[in-house]
Amino acid sequence: MSKLVVLVEDEVNIAEAIRFLLGQEGWRVETLANGSGAVEVIRKASPDLVMLDVMLPGKSGFEILDELRGDPAMETLPVLMLTARGQSRDRAMAEKAGVSRFMTKPFSNSEMLDAVRDLIAS
Amino acid sequence: MREGLTGSRIRERRVMAGVKQAELAQQSGISASYLNLIEHNRRRIGGKLLLNIAHALGVEPQALTEGAEAALIAALREAAEDAGLMGPESDRADEFAGRFPGWAKVLATSQRRIDALEQTVEALSDRLAHDPQLATSMHELLSTAAAIRSTASILAETDSLQPEWRDRFHANIHEDSRRLSDSAQALVTYFDNAAETREVAHSPQAEVEAFLAAHDYRFDPLEQARAPQEAIAALVEQADALKTKAAQHIATGVLQQIARDAAALPLARLERTVEETGHDPAELARRLDQPMGRVLRRLASLPDLGAGLVVCDRSGSVTFAKSIEGFTVPRFGACCPLWPLFAVQGQPGLVVKSRVMQMGRGQALFEAIATCEVQAAAAYNTPPLSQSVMLLLPVPSGAAPAQPVGATCRICPVEGCRARREPSILRDGI
Repeated sequence: MSKLVVLVEDEVNIAEAIRFLLGQEGWRVETLANGSGAVEVIRKASPDLVMLDVMLPGKSGFEILDELRGDPAMETLPVLMLTARGQSRDRAMAEKAGVSRFMTKPFSNSEMLDAVRDLIAS
Repeated sequence: MREGLTGSRIRERRVMAGVKQAELAQQSGISASYLNLIEHNRRRIGGKLLLNIAHALGVEPQALTEGAEAALIAALREAAEDAGLMGPESDRADEFAGRFPGWAKVLATSQRRIDALEQTVEALSDRLAHDPQLATSMHELLSTAAAIRSTASILAETDSLQPEWRDRFHANIHEDSRRLSDSAQALVTYFDNAAETREVAHSPQAEVEAFLAAHDYRFDPLEQARAPQEAIAALVEQADALKTKAAQHIATGVLQQIARDAAALPLARLERTVEETGHDPAELARRLDQPMGRVLRRLASLPDLGAGLVVCDRSGSVTFAKSIEGFTVPRFGACCPLWPLFAVQGQPGLVVKSRVMQMGRGQALFEAIATCEVQAAAAYNTPPLSQSVMLLLPVPSGAAPAQPVGATCRICPVEGCRARREPSILRDGI
């Protein structure tokens, strides 16, 4: 069965591009544009990977990550975080919250795909 | 050490120029013996005579007065301190200023400019780090760029892309490129508006003081204005000195206070009463049945009195300063806590009258009258805001002893002061 990724991203065109790229690689992609219900959706879907934007309406990527890591079932779930603010402060916060990998926008498609492959392989 | 006094300066300049005492006296329209008394600092000098002597010697009047000299040497010491100048030379700022006044001025001006620029840099980096509008614009720009980059490379790199997907991605790029140009435009507009900050050589407070000084702290249009708000708006709009929004905001506040004061106590009425009873503020407040703060502010705008005025808010930040020679109100950094202005803080209604002398070369004496007043209550059960007002009246030197105060610790020579916050850079006094 193909692998599942939950993508939480409020930029619809970025979400669409990622959905297309991962779809080509054989992923099923479930997208969400709002942060508030994200944890619930992720818990139900139990995906192989989560991609999280930092600045989201409803709930920030950091809060979502924090809640995921607080749940024993999702402690080790690979989470790739995307942010448009490349500040080291954001990166430090994400690492502290237990992110698996951190990427700053704009990124190249191959960078993103490499990151996804790495996370699944490890 | 008396070399810093005006008389000594005149003597030094005269000798340097090779002019005889009698010659200079004649050119300045005074007797040689009177000039001799001045040169030995036994007669005070100022006003027209100082201008005449400066003119005859071919120097700027400020070069002969104490205040300018002290400020110059303080700035030189600050420059030396910042550059870490050590050893015997560091104590010879006086000598440097005396021998190379032009170069000294260049150095002092640069030092002041550095201070002002450092402030500007601080303000700008604050803005870059904390301005929510800028952060939002940057976020928007990067997000759109990310969307375009991903979509464009899908279009460029995917062989045999299905037509539906291709059309969709084309439409997305089209939409995002418009967003990108909008957010780029918004950023440019933002920086265009921010550009006004770059022209500012000093603080908004300094702009306001320049504006008020250009009007001699007197605004006749506000004295009998039927619509003061319109008059204030017109004054602020026409003022070239008020370049920044911050300065315009501060000036509007100052003018509104003046308009309120003028409505309650017109200058004409104050002038009549001063003629009858003299200018003692307490007496005037009683006779005119006016609050003390208002009387002090109004007295400051009488040109004949030549008074200075300092106003601070509840935090002790100076919100208004009318400068008077011999009493420096620091433009950057905190003021001397010994000023009577701060002694009345938090005690509304108390009026303090005290003779003060600001330490430094000038050592001019002032009668300081200070009071604290409560501003109108905003609502029930809300702690009131208050402000303190201090009027500074010049007093002839040699009068009764005065309490020594400073301007700001950094340039204050008083040793063993109980109120000292940081060490002085004037190691051996001034």
